[in-house]
Amino acid sequence: MVTVTSEQLHRPNHESEVTPVNQPGTASRPAVSISAANTTDTAGHQPTSTVPVMELDGVSVFYGDYEAVRDTAMPIQEKQITAMIGPSGCGKSTILRALNRMNDLIPGARVAGSVTYHGQDLYAKDVDPIEVRRRIGMVFQKPNPFPKSIYDNVAYGPRVTGMKVDNMDDLVEKALRDAALWDEVKDKLKSSGLSLSGGQQQRLCIARTIAVRPEIILMDEPCSALDPIATAKIEDLMFELASDYTIVIVTHNMQQAARVSHYTAFFTAEVDEKQERHGRLVEFSQTGKLFTNPADKRTEDYITGRFG
Amino acid sequence: MSAPTLTSTRPDPSAPGAALTQRRSRPGDLAFRLAMQACLVVAFGVLTGLLTWVLIKGWNRLDSRLWTEMPTGLTSRLDGAGVQSALVGTLWIISLVAVICLPIGILSAIYLEEYADNTRWYNRLLELNIQNLAGVPSIIFGILGLGIIARALGFGFTITTAAIVLSLLVLPVVIIATREAIRAVPQSIRQASYALGATKWQTVSRQVLPSAVPGIATGSILALSRAIGEAAPLIVLGAVTFITFNPNGLDSAYTALPIQIFTFITRPQAEFTELAAGAIVLLLAIVLAMNSIAIFVRNRFEKRW
Repeated sequence: MVTVTSEQLHRPNHESEVTPVNQPGTASRPAVSISAANTTDTAGHQPTSTVPVMELDGVSVFYGDYEAVRDTAMPIQEKQITAMIGPSGCGKSTILRALNRMNDLIPGARVAGSVTYHGQDLYAKDVDPIEVRRRIGMVFQKPNPFPKSIYDNVAYGPRVTGMKVDNMDDLVEKALRDAALWDEVKDKLKSSGLSLSGGQQQRLCIARTIAVRPEIILMDEPCSALDPIATAKIEDLMFELASDYTIVIVTHNMQQAARVSHYTAFFTAEVDEKQERHGRLVEFSQTGKLFTNPADKRTEDYITGRFG
Repeated sequence: MSAPTLTSTRPDPSAPGAALTQRRSRPGDLAFRLAMQACLVVAFGVLTGLLTWVLIKGWNRLDSRLWTEMPTGLTSRLDGAGVQSALVGTLWIISLVAVICLPIGILSAIYLEEYADNTRWYNRLLELNIQNLAGVPSIIFGILGLGIIARALGFGFTITTAAIVLSLLVLPVVIIATREAIRAVPQSIRQASYALGATKWQTVSRQVLPSAVPGIATGSILALSRAIGEAAPLIVLGAVTFITFNPNGLDSAYTALPIQIFTFITRPQAEFTELAAGAIVLLLAIVLAMNSIAIFVRNRFEKRW
């Protein structure tokens, strides 16, 4: 396990103490269950760990005055795949971006509540979002390789983060191998990343992300632009990666969540008394339990295809 | 119930094959097409007419004398005259303009596009003013330069003054072109870079700028081409009617091709007009060469996503 000392996340020239944030929970909380798995489960993988690397508590995300997601609480377990599912507009991608402060890049976006990473508040004043993103990488919905060579795509992260690299060629090869792309590209490392097929591009983006050795990889609907074969490859890859990395994946595809994840969070969109629509976490539990024995009626309706 | 028919205006809807055959051209389509073609002919015709006229007029003077000999004011010496000092002056000015205005313009554009917070009133005011500046007549820049740069700041009637004023004149063009180029870089590239832990400057310098280079280069060269043809501000900035020496430094007196052309044209003798036509062809050749470079750069380095 990677141990992160309190200084690491902080701006280098800024000494400060970390105050552990532990906000008391509010009343109406979604059903969060990380208890032992139901042995009759058919969906999902048996969790092998229940050590949370991240915890969300009372997390709301605002765009300007609009509250896009309200009061989310869930853990992210170490070296497990956590899936976020739910209908469009339920805020799952918004929550995902709150986990590595990508929301900072959206003007007017604001996160309330506490997101902790190894006990440190990610949104504390002295936390450097650059450092956060070096540890918590992200793969996007649409493959977005840089308009550079395959090699440079992978080497970009280590270069900009100033990683100490003995041999960049080895690092690039390792990352590409880990992303199950090496055999397909080893003879054309100098050609443009954009010359690859969509599925290959997405695996290149994964290789690029793991090249900086993050602890957590966030994936925002990584397969939605891919065909079923490419999707299957990415899913296989996620299994492989889960032995070394903590993965959080947002997906529209319930079957995908059921196939790959250990834990699943189900979000939905609600309309409140002011007629404002906002996302809410309905249920979080082990994937097997959520798909076979959901605690909430709305989860059941969704997974049985009655809405969404 | 039958499906709504799309062929009601066509002959014999009962024959399925006939319904797809092309009807005679619609009159509206035809009229619009003719109008567009007429506009094209006018625009292109005027340009070709002017070019041909200038070429014919200046044909006799299109030789090496143009750039090896100095201008003259005397009809008797016209045979051995050229526009060398004006050509050298123009090259001096344009190089200086590039040195002054490209860094300022490109950095301003990067700031406005990548760093400035658009919700702040002062940034919006800046943007509005840059748009407005692009539309200010060049003679106004000339007068401003005369008052502030030549007189108040004491740069005098020198090449430096001319270059500073022309830089100010084309700065908005460079800024606007650069901003367009930067804006054309997809947001997903920036996000990918940030998600890997790159800083803002790393993202801008390693991803955004390289991708925007073709657009920036094209816009910059076109802006410089505009500066090359400007005569109005130089008239008030002490570009002399003709000089028989080449400028030799930043504080040198100077003349430039547009000014030289203007001077020749105002002379009554036909020989001067001829020399002016030759100089016009030379100026056009420089501008065309620069535009070709712009097109080459754009095609060579264009990125596709």
